[in-house]
Amino acid sequence: MRFSGLRVLKEGLTGNTGWTPHWRDPEPKSDYDVIIIGGGGHGLSTAYYLARNHGITNVAVLEKGYVGGGNVGRNTTIVRANYFLPGNSEFYSHSLKLWEGLEHDLNYNVMHSQRGLINLFHSDGQRDAFARRGNAMINQGDDAVLLDREGVRKHLPYLDFDNTRFPVYGGLLHPRGGTARHDAVAWGYARGADTRGVDLIQNCEVTGIDIENGTVKGVQTTRGTIRAKKVAMVVAGRSGQVAAMAGMRLPIESHILQAFVTEGIKPVINHVVSFGMGHFYISQSDKGGLVFGGDLDFYASYAQRGNLPMMEHVMEAGMTLMPMIGKAKVLRSWGGVMDMSPDGSPVIDKTDIGGLFLNCGWNYGGFKAVPASGWATAHLIATGTPHDTAAGFRLDRFRTGRGLMDEEGTGSQHNLH
Amino acid sequence: MRIICPHCGARDRREFTYQGDAVALERPAPDAGGAAWDDYLHNRENPAGVTRDLWYHEQGCGAWLVVTRNTVTHAVLTTDLAATVREGLA
Repeated sequence: MRFSGLRVLKEGLTGNTGWTPHWRDPEPKSDYDVIIIGGGGHGLSTAYYLARNHGITNVAVLEKGYVGGGNVGRNTTIVRANYFLPGNSEFYSHSLKLWEGLEHDLNYNVMHSQRGLINLFHSDGQRDAFARRGNAMINQGDDAVLLDREGVRKHLPYLDFDNTRFPVYGGLLHPRGGTARHDAVAWGYARGADTRGVDLIQNCEVTGIDIENGTVKGVQTTRGTIRAKKVAMVVAGRSGQVAAMAGMRLPIESHILQAFVTEGIKPVINHVVSFGMGHFYISQSDKGGLVFGGDLDFYASYAQRGNLPMMEHVMEAGMTLMPMIGKAKVLRSWGGVMDMSPDGSPVIDKTDIGGLFLNCGWNYGGFKAVPASGWATAHLIATGTPHDTAAGFRLDRFRTGRGLMDEEGTGSQHNLH
Repeated sequence: MRIICPHCGARDRREFTYQGDAVALERPAPDAGGAAWDDYLHNRENPAGVTRDLWYHEQGCGAWLVVTRNTVTHAVLTTDLAATVREGLA
């Protein structure tokens, strides 16, 4: 079933009775070429690109809950390519290019909206840092515009520019940054993979990983034993538990990151605005809700909900920056379980076990990475060599100290990112 | 989330600073080798359930605490002075 304007019109005139399910609900087979553990954004995009780019379609995605029920449905939907360090920069640049062609590629409306992202700065030193970051982005082939105070005022007239503690000096505008509809990204990749023959197996929890003589042979699941030549662990916040089934300990701590959404209101915020000094960022969904968040709660957690101190902190930061939002009522808040790595950068790599691959460590930046992460993970599984854009995401960089990618410059150890 | 300080009683989480896994109490010897230091610095059990981590009662008595708590429910189970736990390890 292909989507088109004509199809929408036809279905509208005939009672919307012609729509069919977007993917099958197959029974697991006993044997696959590739098993992907985790039916979130990264797992689904990996399956999709295995089929699309490499012709590998005898693939199962095993999801313990339902497709898209994890972090890909629990984030703040921001898409950007404003990274600084080599290793990250080319990867997120590739991801943004994939986002820009995603809707045509998937024949699915993921509501990618390049409304522009503005990172605010509040001192001369911060201006220098953002000028440097902007230059790095331009060197990478992406876009960045350094705005002075009046430049920011044209875009965001509603800010409290004269705040005593954090007066607005200017901002770095990333015009191609924006948002996308998170659920649609999961559904679009799921449908694209399914159409190409991938089996999406939901309600199927992996309970063991079978390894013989240092090589992976398959997995044990709540729906029986499934054998496979290759297995990829793509489970974000649950990476520690899944890797433990293969006898591995990972450089990962799972932390909670909260987000909030208000009642729907008329359009007031047309960009993604990031207020780093207050650990606050915000955008407005197409439905009208203000979607915003802050920093980690900063203690290990799997609760998928946070505590009140960080909520209070985020609300205070929002009121400091844009007092106009104070009357909007918060409808919901939620937490995502972040797989935090010591240096704040991810891992896409082989493991020491033959045929077993690892994709984890997305910290709080996994959503924007979904297309390029799947692309690179599929490349690694299919060819055995890292994709050029993800060549820096090696697991052994922590052990050796070579190739650490500490984007924030705070140090490579837990609890600093 | 409230944490029970052995000195001060149950206090708001905001009074405490989180340091991370209580592995920090078991620092390897300088010559313990790369694998031991990699484990100490980076690799974690990262349990979904009961964990032990280090908190500092920054806005209270200044004690370092080993807090045993559940990462799924946020329940705080027991709290011990890090110094006491350290003596037990020695």
